[in-house]
Amino acid sequence: MKRLNVLRVVLLASLLIIVMGFPAWARTIKIGVIGPMNFVQGKGHWNGAIMAAEEINAKGGVQVGSEKMKIELVKADSNEFLNVTDATNAMERLMTQDKVDFVVGGFRTEAVLPMQDIAMDYKKIFIGCGAATKSLCDRVAENYGRYKYWFRGTPFNDHYLVRTSFSHLALAGAAIKSELKIPVKCAIVAEKATWTEGMVKAAEATIPKMGFELVGVWRPSPVATDVTAELSAIQKSGANLIFTIFSSSVGITFARQAGELKIPAFQVGINVEAQKDGFWEATKGMGNYVFTMNTYARGVEANELTRPFVDGYIKRFGEVPTYTADTYSAILHSLVPAIEAVKSLDADKLVAFMENREYLSPSGKVKLEKDAQGRPTHDLTWGPGYLTSLGVQWQDGKLVAVWPNKWKAAPTAPEVTYKGMVPIKLPPWMKK
Amino acid sequence: MDIIITGLITGSMLALLAISFSLIFGVARIVNIAHTAFYMVASYCIYSLSAKGGLNPVAGMLIAVGGVTILGLLAYRFLIDPIREHEAAVLIATIALAMIFQEGVMLIYTGDYRTVSPLIEGFFVVAGVKVFYQQVLTFAVVLVILALLWLLLMKTKLGLAVRSTAEDREVANLMGMNESRLAMITMGLAVALAGFTGAVIAPLAVLSPFMWMEPLIMMMAVVVLGGLGSIKGSFVAAYILGFTEALVVFLIPKGAFLKGSVALSIMILVLLLRPEGLFGISFEEER
Repeated sequence: MKRLNVLRVVLLASLLIIVMGFPAWARTIKIGVIGPMNFVQGKGHWNGAIMAAEEINAKGGVQVGSEKMKIELVKADSNEFLNVTDATNAMERLMTQDKVDFVVGGFRTEAVLPMQDIAMDYKKIFIGCGAATKSLCDRVAENYGRYKYWFRGTPFNDHYLVRTSFSHLALAGAAIKSELKIPVKCAIVAEKATWTEGMVKAAEATIPKMGFELVGVWRPSPVATDVTAELSAIQKSGANLIFTIFSSSVGITFARQAGELKIPAFQVGINVEAQKDGFWEATKGMGNYVFTMNTYARGVEANELTRPFVDGYIKRFGEVPTYTADTYSAILHSLVPAIEAVKSLDADKLVAFMENREYLSPSGKVKLEKDAQGRPTHDLTWGPGYLTSLGVQWQDGKLVAVWPNKWKAAPTAPEVTYKGMVPIKLPPWMKK
Repeated sequence: MDIIITGLITGSMLALLAISFSLIFGVARIVNIAHTAFYMVASYCIYSLSAKGGLNPVAGMLIAVGGVTILGLLAYRFLIDPIREHEAAVLIATIALAMIFQEGVMLIYTGDYRTVSPLIEGFFVVAGVKVFYQQVLTFAVVLVILALLWLLLMKTKLGLAVRSTAEDREVANLMGMNESRLAMITMGLAVALAGFTGAVIAPLAVLSPFMWMEPLIMMMAVVVLGGLGSIKGSFVAAYILGFTEALVVFLIPKGAFLKGSVALSIMILVLLLRPEGLFGISFEEER
């Protein structure tokens, strides 16, 4: 009897040790992927993250000191197009219920700002993969102790977005002048949203300095379903170049109606909907010749990592990755090497390592900036040799890359041409 | 000329939605917040049938309108009718119905934007302004439907019954009209009109599960401005607000996004001066 009792105690103790030890065996690195999952932007977030996680786990996982840990992704639908409160709730759940170690994603600035605050409250590294507003990184410099856990993964900030757009405008303006032999009259059409405010101001100041006449500024709603009034007014103004700044459905409406009405103006700028493979169908082919900034395109290489990622993504998901799929790079090229280097998941140690790294990603070389006072901003460096993005244009049903093609950021800067570039085309109805 | 043409087109779209909304409110005192959600469902049905299913667009539209009408009647029968006497409950129930439609569409189609091909492609130029054929078709269809509605309401026994019930429900009941059955018929008619709106607007719009929200606000503004329950009021108010939107876009290009806000401000201004709306009747507890 006594022996039986001793046996029972030993068995119970063994069971206890096994159970307590079990979490350590099954321990994973939990990465929250937060985005508008019912939309292509959120799907890009998730798909990019999945590709990264599978690639890492296929090799056995992440070496964290002496331990090998697999990546476990946690999907969080921010629903940020409809409701910012849903986004903050989703982030809170990631922090409190799912207890993730890191977060990647976010899209709309209006939602990312509060989501960032929540992640900072919990001191979790949050790599933003969608919002361009510069102030997200200005916060890091101004209040480093609180915001140091934030990093911008993609895209570069709105100041650089507009600088890139000016390069695109310059290319388009040069084409108009050389082919049509007319002065360039530019209209700005920007959806009314937080992220466009700074860009519109910068454009209003810069376009005249480029030698173009600024003929007007239009600010439709991001979800406007009819812009014929705006298009009539734009045509009346004599514009032959339209600088577009769209991230929502108005990009489809505008492109489609402008194409249907054969408005004799070249649309150049940012049109997030035009970055997607589905744009051609959505505009019923009327979005031909629309030019937009993009990150990836078929057959284009920024470096040796680009084609494997893009081709792999197309093979897996049937479409070219949008820039939000840079969650792939955020996990594979940013987080994981940092974890393996510092041999820890400790956020402070990782931050110190990450903010001083330079590394290659499929879209270019990543180097994090410091501001004029030398304070880290965790913002992305833009320019030749780093990140430049692409200029793509719809040409007869195909989305092709037309920039950078013999592009010089400054007269003395090196010329940049990525593999796979083709010449820009003006809409033929402009030539009539 | 731009403002006139744009105002006419926008006003026509608002008129169709607002008149059908006014109809059901006038007859059955139902504030159907899901009204524009039916228009959204009709648009997606048309997308599925014509763009995906390859069906002839006109046939697709007729099937979509029929389907949405049946959906509306079922919603009325099982959701609205049991609680019709409690107006606040109806309001909340129809909001819930709209959300259900939205989430259902989101599950099936995701949030990605969709488009439907126009019935007539191309445009023509009038007084230097480019106008889509589809917009003219929309305008023409609206006028035809309004004419048919007028005929129905003024020249048929059913129309007489609808108007009588709208004027005084209890007396109409006492006169032997089945008020409940009339409410159901009117609901079907109103939802069918919303479906027709989806049919003519879908080729001009970008479809998304949330596309019912923006017209809902403008439609309510039109109905309130015109006078709750007044069909004539809805017609006139639709064009007032349609022209207001066009004026804002043309005169304040930087404030084009404000067109809805300006239109609502005008509604508030009119209500301050005339609370019952342009053609409404002052509210009484019993009518």
